[in-house]
Amino acid sequence: MNEMAVPLPDDIDGAHALELFRQMLRIRRFEEKCAQMYSSGKIRGFLHLYIGEEAVGTGVMQSVAPRDAVVATYREHGHALLRGISMNAVMAEMYGKQEGCSRGRGGSMHLFDKATGFIGGNAIVGGGMPVAVGYALAAKMQQNGAVAWCIFGEGAMAEGEFHESMNLAALWQLPVVFCCENNYYAMGTALDRSESQIQLVEKARSYRVVAEEVDGMDVLATEAAARRAADSARAGNGPYFLEFQTYRFRAHSMFDAERYRSKNEVHEHELQGPLRTFGARLEASSLLDEQRRAELEADIAREIENAVAFAESGTPEPVSELGRFVYSEVQP
Amino acid sequence: MSTTIPAGMREMTYREAAREGLHEALTRDERVFLMGEDVGRYGGSYAVSLGFLEEFGPERIRDTPLSESAFVGAGIGAAIGGMRPIVEVMTVNFSLLAADQIINTAATYLHMSGGQINVPLVIRMATGGGLQLAAQHSHSLENLYAHVPGLKVLTPATVEDVRGMLATALADPDPVLIFEHILLYNRKGLLAADAGAVDIHRARIRRAGTQVSLITYGGSLWKCLEAAELLEQQGIDAEVLDLRTLRPLDDEAIMATVTRTRRVVIVDEGWRSGGISAEITARIHEQAFYELDVPVQRVCAAEVPIPYAKQLEDAALPQVADIVAAAGRLVKGND
Repeated sequence: MNEMAVPLPDDIDGAHALELFRQMLRIRRFEEKCAQMYSSGKIRGFLHLYIGEEAVGTGVMQSVAPRDAVVATYREHGHALLRGISMNAVMAEMYGKQEGCSRGRGGSMHLFDKATGFIGGNAIVGGGMPVAVGYALAAKMQQNGAVAWCIFGEGAMAEGEFHESMNLAALWQLPVVFCCENNYYAMGTALDRSESQIQLVEKARSYRVVAEEVDGMDVLATEAAARRAADSARAGNGPYFLEFQTYRFRAHSMFDAERYRSKNEVHEHELQGPLRTFGARLEASSLLDEQRRAELEADIAREIENAVAFAESGTPEPVSELGRFVYSEVQP
Repeated sequence: MSTTIPAGMREMTYREAAREGLHEALTRDERVFLMGEDVGRYGGSYAVSLGFLEEFGPERIRDTPLSESAFVGAGIGAAIGGMRPIVEVMTVNFSLLAADQIINTAATYLHMSGGQINVPLVIRMATGGGLQLAAQHSHSLENLYAHVPGLKVLTPATVEDVRGMLATALADPDPVLIFEHILLYNRKGLLAADAGAVDIHRARIRRAGTQVSLITYGGSLWKCLEAAELLEQQGIDAEVLDLRTLRPLDDEAIMATVTRTRRVVIVDEGWRSGGISAEITARIHEQAFYELDVPVQRVCAAEVPIPYAKQLEDAALPQVADIVAAAGRLVKGND
């Protein structure tokens, strides 16, 4: 492997570091399977892969407490799994089955789970941001200590909803952690082709929100940044903004021919990929070897295989159920 | 109004009734709070919440920035988070800035989540024209929202409804939009001393009649009642049906009045093209076509942005004389 890898700090909890690696590997392999199932026609609609960005969600999710809410985007398979929605329920949702976490009504872009406070799966860019602000408002009014984690891409920062939401969260000092996953492309439009100010933290700071730039390819950095943000938000210091600089290795969606960037550019970033670099560091610290790797891969492969089987054998929601859940079934 | 008020009744304006409903909601349930532009220190752009800031404090009477999308969306998030927000959008015209949150989020989350995430949110807004406020403050766009499954659209026309619909809306597990016509705020009406929550699924006959049905809602109700008085002087007995709720529509009540009178005029301040009047006409066609003696007629806003000048605005909006003329043509033309 990488002879140049820097060993992990001496004081690191080795088991925890290995667990971070396992979590990233799990969502990577899951999504590779999703892409495969898409190609074979089992999954339809849009499919937006998180491959390359795993260190962000994995690091962030370590600080998400049970009472918190996560408001994510349409590129949210990883966050959903990390948050604790079962792989079976996520895969079944992609298959459009009744056993899916949204009973087949949401698909890839709209994974929801009330039990874990996973409030979607919003496929309108910027659309989840006001919702996260509102959840934080409820938390503050109820003084329940919850934090709203608002995950979005840098493309959302061109939306009015970003600016309205930042202002409101700062004005009312609400416990929201704004997690910008800057993968440098809003679909096919590069950041510097769409923003007059590409120092994204400056936008947040203009609303007097504490903002940090974070290496989004380093899971230890993302974890530490998220912990600082969570501590600050929980202490009542208002919103916090984290810009995670990352990169999407795959196309925007399965329909994207990637005419806007070169293969070489993608390759350069892949060499700095979160699994590759962190795996090498684990090895340099003697926390990971070929055998342990093989064990992890085997466990994950088994879970994925089971999820596919679960989804395959799931129940198609009967068409007679079409009209359900437009309105709540229990009316006053 | 009459100088004698029946026992057990109180006379009050629509504004006072709306205010009483809000006051009761805030008093009864700690989870309820009011949020919107100028609801606090200014007292509400239509003075509905005057004094609330002092009484309930800034946590529960929240002045917001002019960020319709953010504060409507924040209402959605707060509702999901366990609160019972009442969001005031100053007018329906401005609600278009929050249309993403209302249509793409509030209306979809329950369905997209397979029944998990309901949004118990109430959004109030003013609607309609007649105050010479020109095109960007005078439109009746409630029909846009009545188009959307997942929403409920209420259009209280009376003091009883504007007071009581709020309580019912707050008890509803799903998003409810309440449209208050701007010309109604100063109108007086009688309210029972023990008035409370009202049903929101049924249209109501405000005047019984036998020869022609005037189907309407909101601000136009009073124009229809006035038209019915004038029609009576011409010997025409008109029934007035107040829809009260545009989504869901009370088909049963609509078909019942059609069956009784066999003649229909739909009166709506929205535009005719693609409006709620078109929807009602189609439903009558589908469900009660053979009950009709004559084709359905409509009195709607002219197909123009509502203009400022008085004579132009009057000409653009449905007027009593237009309703009388349309109903008269139907009845006399058929005699």
